[in-house]
Amino acid sequence: MHVSSVEERAERAKDKKAIYGTDVDLESYESEARPHEVVQQAEELPSAVKKAALDVGVKLDKESSGAYVQMDQTPVIAKSLYDGVEIMDMASALKKHDYLQDYWWKLVAPDADKYTADVAQSPPAGYFIRAKKAMKTVFPVKSCLYLGSTNLNQRVHNVIIAEEGSELHVITGCTTPSHVQRGLHVGVSEFFIQKNAKISFTMIHSWGKEVEVRPRTGITIAEGGSLSNNYICLRPVKTLQTFPTATLAGKGAVASFNTVIYSSMGNIDVGSNVNLNAPDTSAESISRVVSVGGEVIARGRMTGMVPGVRAHLECVGLLLSEKGRIYSIPELDGRSKDLDMSHEAAVGRISEEELEYLMARGLSSEEATSVIVRGFLDVEIKGLPEELKQEIKNITQREDLKGA
Amino acid sequence: MVRLLDIQDLSVSIGSKQVLKDVNLRIDPGETHALFGPNGTGKTTLLNAIAGIPRYVVDSGRIIFKGQDITRMSMDQRARLGIGMAFQRPPAIRGLKLKDLIKIINPKSDGPAILKEMDFEPFANRDVNRGFSGGEVKRSEMVQLLAQQPDFVMLDEPDSGVDLENIKLIGDAINQLTQKDMRPSQRTKSGLLITHFGHILEYMKTDMAHVMMNGSIVCSGNPREILDQIKKSGYEGCVACMCPA
Repeated sequence: MHVSSVEERAERAKDKKAIYGTDVDLESYESEARPHEVVQQAEELPSAVKKAALDVGVKLDKESSGAYVQMDQTPVIAKSLYDGVEIMDMASALKKHDYLQDYWWKLVAPDADKYTADVAQSPPAGYFIRAKKAMKTVFPVKSCLYLGSTNLNQRVHNVIIAEEGSELHVITGCTTPSHVQRGLHVGVSEFFIQKNAKISFTMIHSWGKEVEVRPRTGITIAEGGSLSNNYICLRPVKTLQTFPTATLAGKGAVASFNTVIYSSMGNIDVGSNVNLNAPDTSAESISRVVSVGGEVIARGRMTGMVPGVRAHLECVGLLLSEKGRIYSIPELDGRSKDLDMSHEAAVGRISEEELEYLMARGLSSEEATSVIVRGFLDVEIKGLPEELKQEIKNITQREDLKGA
Repeated sequence: MVRLLDIQDLSVSIGSKQVLKDVNLRIDPGETHALFGPNGTGKTTLLNAIAGIPRYVVDSGRIIFKGQDITRMSMDQRARLGIGMAFQRPPAIRGLKLKDLIKIINPKSDGPAILKEMDFEPFANRDVNRGFSGGEVKRSEMVQLLAQQPDFVMLDEPDSGVDLENIKLIGDAINQLTQKDMRPSQRTKSGLLITHFGHILEYMKTDMAHVMMNGSIVCSGNPREILDQIKKSGYEGCVACMCPA
C-alpha cells in the first residue's frame, strides 16, 4: 500500500466510530506534544520514567535484548544490545528499510476506525523490532510507552517482525505518571511471525482514572510459527477497548492469548480474535476478570476455516461488587467440517465452599477472599518477570478488595 | 480437668430442616472418639456445626470448647482457637498451590517435611485439590492439618477412596495429630472421626465410639465392640443390644 493511499483512506475514516467501546472525542485531546531529550543509555532516563516503567514490570537496567522508550511522541531511546535483534524508532526504520512498505498498515487497516485513521495521519512514532533469521533471544526486549503530558493524544505505531526460525520475547509497559490527569493512548501494532518463528508478547497497562486507551493490533503467523500474547491491566482506567486479531495463516501455526483484568471503575472492553485459516492450527484464549466496580466486556472470537483446527476459549469472571458488571461474550464460528472448537464461560461470585474451606484453616474472611482472588488471577503466564508476578500478588491485598 | 469439647443439647437445622436433635457429646483432652451411623443421619452436620459453617444453624443448645462458649463464634475464630477439620469432599482452589497454602495456614510449619511424611511431595506445586483423586484429596487434607496442628481434629471419612497402601499413612497422621504416639497421661489433643467401614480403625487408636441415629446420639461405648456389633446386626441391632432403652 502506498503512503498516499494510506493517508487517503485515513482521511475518509477520520469520523468513523469503532465497532466496540465507548466513543472518544479526539478533538478534546491535544495532538501536539512537547519533545523530550533523547538518551543514549536507559540509565540516563528521567527517574520518573524509570519508576513508572518499573511499576509495569519493565526493569530497564536489567538483562534484556534491548530497549525502546517513548515519552509522549518522542522516542527517547531505541537500542539493541544483541546482534540478532534490530530495534529502531519507527520513523528511522521507515527511512532505512524500503521493504517496510510491505508491512506498514498491512495487518491493521488505516480506515478501520477513527483511531487508526488518526494514527495514520500523524508522523510515525513507535518501535520497530526485528528478530533476524534463526536468531533466538533469551532475554526480552523491553519497551515502555510513557504518556507524561496531561490532555495529550499519544499515538504509537509499532511493527514487529520475527523472521524465519527466530525467537523473540517482548515486554511492553504502557503507563502514565500519577500527575497526568487526562489523556488518550492509541497504539497500532502489527506483528509478523514468519515460518517457524516464535514471539512472546507481554503487555502491561497501568493508566490513570481519566485516561482512555485504544490499542489496535493485527498479527499474522506463518507455518509452524507461534504467538504467546499476554495482556494485563490491574489499575483503574476510564475507558479501554482492544480486540487484537491474529490470523493463523500457515500450517501448524499456534496462538495463545492470556488476559488478566482487575477492574474497579470505568469501561473496559477487551478480547481476542483468532482466525484459524490453515490446517493443523490451534488457538487458545484464556481471560480472567475480577470486577469490584466498572464494566468489563470480555470478548473472545475464534473462526475455524479449514478441517482439523482446534480452538478453545475460556472467559471466567469474578464479580465482587454491586457496582460492577462483567459481560462475557465467547464466540465460536466453525466454517468447515472436522474441527474442534470449545468454550467455557462463567461469571459469578467467590464460591462459599472455597471461602469456608480456607476459613476452617484459620484464615479470616478477608484473607480467604484475597487468597482465592489471587489464585484466580494467577494464570501462570510463562516468562513473566518476577516483579510482575509480585505485582499481581500484591493487587489483591489492596483496600478496595477488603470486605468484597 | 476442663473438658476440651462439651456439646450440650445441641439442635441444628439446615434451611428449614432440623437435622440434629438435642445432641450431647463430651470429649476430654487426649481422647479420640469415633462416630458411626447410617447415611444422612447427621454425622457430617455435627462436624460442620462444630466447625461453624454458617449454613448449619444452631437452634438451641451450646458448644463449649476449652471452657469457652463458641456457639456463635465465626469459623476462622474457632480454627484459631484450635479446631481443625478434614473435609469429606473439599473444594479445589484454582491458582493456590498446596505448598503456599501450607505456609498460609502456619508460617512456622515445616512444609517439605510434612509433604514427605505424607508421601505427597509431587503435589506441592499443584493447585489445592485440583484434579486430585479421592485418595489424594484425603492426603491433602492430612497435610494441611499437620501444618495447622489443631488441638481438636475432626475427620469426616478420612478413609473413603483411600487405597490400602495409603490408609496406613492416613492412620499414622491421625495418630500423630491426636498424640497417640505419646503416653495417655501426656496427651492433650483430641479427635472426632466419622467412618463407615472402620478400615481406618485398624491403623489408628480410638477411645470411645458413638452411634448416631436420626440426628441424635443413641449409643456410646467401646469402639471395637460397637463396630463389631454394627457389622453383625446393623445399626439398629447394635443400639438394641449395646444400649437398650
